[in-house]
Amino acid sequence: MIVTKEKPLEEMMRMLQGRRRILVLGCDGCTQPPRGLREAQTYRTLLEMALGRKGGEVDCVAGTVSKQCDTALLAQNYPELVKGRDAVLSLSCALGVQLLSLQYPEVPVFPGQNTVFLGYEHRDEGWLREACQACGDCVLGETGGICPVARCSKSLLNGPCGGSHDGKCEVRDDIPCAWQLIHDRLRQLDRNEWIDGIVPPRDWRSSRDGGVRYQKKDEDWNEPARKEVKR
Amino acid sequence: MKAGSNLEKVLSSGGFAVTAEIGPPKGADGEHMRHWARELKGKADAFNVTDNQTAVVRLSSMAGSIILLQEGVEPVMQMVCRDRNRIAMQSDVLGASALGIKNLLCLTGDHQTLGNLPGAKNVFDVDSIQELLLFKTMRDEGKILGADALTKAPQLFLGAAENPFGTPHEFRVHRLAKKIKAGADFIQSQVIYDIDRFERFMEDVRSRHLDGKVHILGGVTPLKSAKVAKYMKNKVAGIIMPDSVISRMEKASDPKAEGIRICIETVKQLREMKGVHGVHVMAIAWEEKVPEIVEGAGLLPRPVV
Repeated sequence: MIVTKEKPLEEMMRMLQGRRRILVLGCDGCTQPPRGLREAQTYRTLLEMALGRKGGEVDCVAGTVSKQCDTALLAQNYPELVKGRDAVLSLSCALGVQLLSLQYPEVPVFPGQNTVFLGYEHRDEGWLREACQACGDCVLGETGGICPVARCSKSLLNGPCGGSHDGKCEVRDDIPCAWQLIHDRLRQLDRNEWIDGIVPPRDWRSSRDGGVRYQKKDEDWNEPARKEVKR
Repeated sequence: MKAGSNLEKVLSSGGFAVTAEIGPPKGADGEHMRHWARELKGKADAFNVTDNQTAVVRLSSMAGSIILLQEGVEPVMQMVCRDRNRIAMQSDVLGASALGIKNLLCLTGDHQTLGNLPGAKNVFDVDSIQELLLFKTMRDEGKILGADALTKAPQLFLGAAENPFGTPHEFRVHRLAKKIKAGADFIQSQVIYDIDRFERFMEDVRSRHLDGKVHILGGVTPLKSAKVAKYMKNKVAGIIMPDSVISRMEKASDPKAEGIRICIETVKQLREMKGVHGVHVMAIAWEEKVPEIVEGAGLLPRPVV
């Protein structure tokens, strides 16, 4: 899931300065924590109070769509919701904000969230945890399902650095050392091949370093297009 | 000979090497480097010049190394993976080599959030093992890894660090083996206070015959006070500080002298340890004590090779 964190109210107020007819738009897609209709209604109330204190008439409405990053799903009810509005505050991740702006350029869209990472909910701890950086060359098969690129603070590929202590990262004691986790997991699986092998410098072009990434939607993963994307 | 540096000559002649550290200043203060080069000349075989250690901005390790060379003192230039990608790394090493720097220490680098510019973006294009691989390829094959041939290969004596006290403990000797395979000619260890654990690490090293493949230098740092010892125990990642050392520092009437005594004892113990080929003295912001430690351990004068 894509994890977001709400922007401070002051920042939202700065962005929405001068706007009076605002649509607060939730997203029922994968964004976590949930940012659906209920959350949109809460934000609407907050905004009305905050903008109302500045005087003048304020007309905020709340709504939601199934998935803000899906053109077809947007078409189902967004045109109706946005009618007569002079601004949209999107509660989805950055993908929704961008697609709304692209597909419906008449009304300006502002982000109500910061998009922070791709992760999952670790239920035992009540935390959402970063797990993937979309680097485009997955090594999870070699690392026991724990990602060194996303979960090692230095994205090391050949084991832990010298700062790993008591299984913790040198950055903060509440960050487990990813390589300790990988080491323990591979031991558990009785897989020791990575221990003495050397991973050579990797090709980061599959990540952001190859420039903006595109992939042709209808082409199967083993079609030539994938090669273009990967390397 | 790979580079023919003084350090390489001492180690390959079977001598017990001594390296020390001269930390660059937080300013364009070349005189600081010159001062310590003059003060410490002849007290060690080579001097490490740290690369923005603890992620704090300082005079660059290459500039610091060149100042040492100008004073007739041999540097070990450190280079971390945090601040440079493979393009900058290889380019800087070609430049360093052209200017006469022969010893190069490859390090991951402390994370930037621990330093004075925590908002900086890091690089980590390669890790320290891959960094060794890059430089070994340049030296031995005369080319950029996977790319062009060099007009002239750099002559380098390559070093790396190892922390026998880091976790997972059982992985540390494997990491050492990887570094040797990737190109490390010498190793400088993390600071040793728990000599028993270091001895266990060396047992592992010897049982895998790695001591015949690389020169291991044990790291030492003199303690100034019991407070510093406790700080290291609780706050510095990757150091094991036994309570016995803290209690010695607490009971001492002159803690600074006791810190030096402990340091000298450790150097002597390391000298007796099979497979240890030298010591690395990191007298952090206490450089003036290097001669006393080296002399106290009976390691002066340094051999002329």
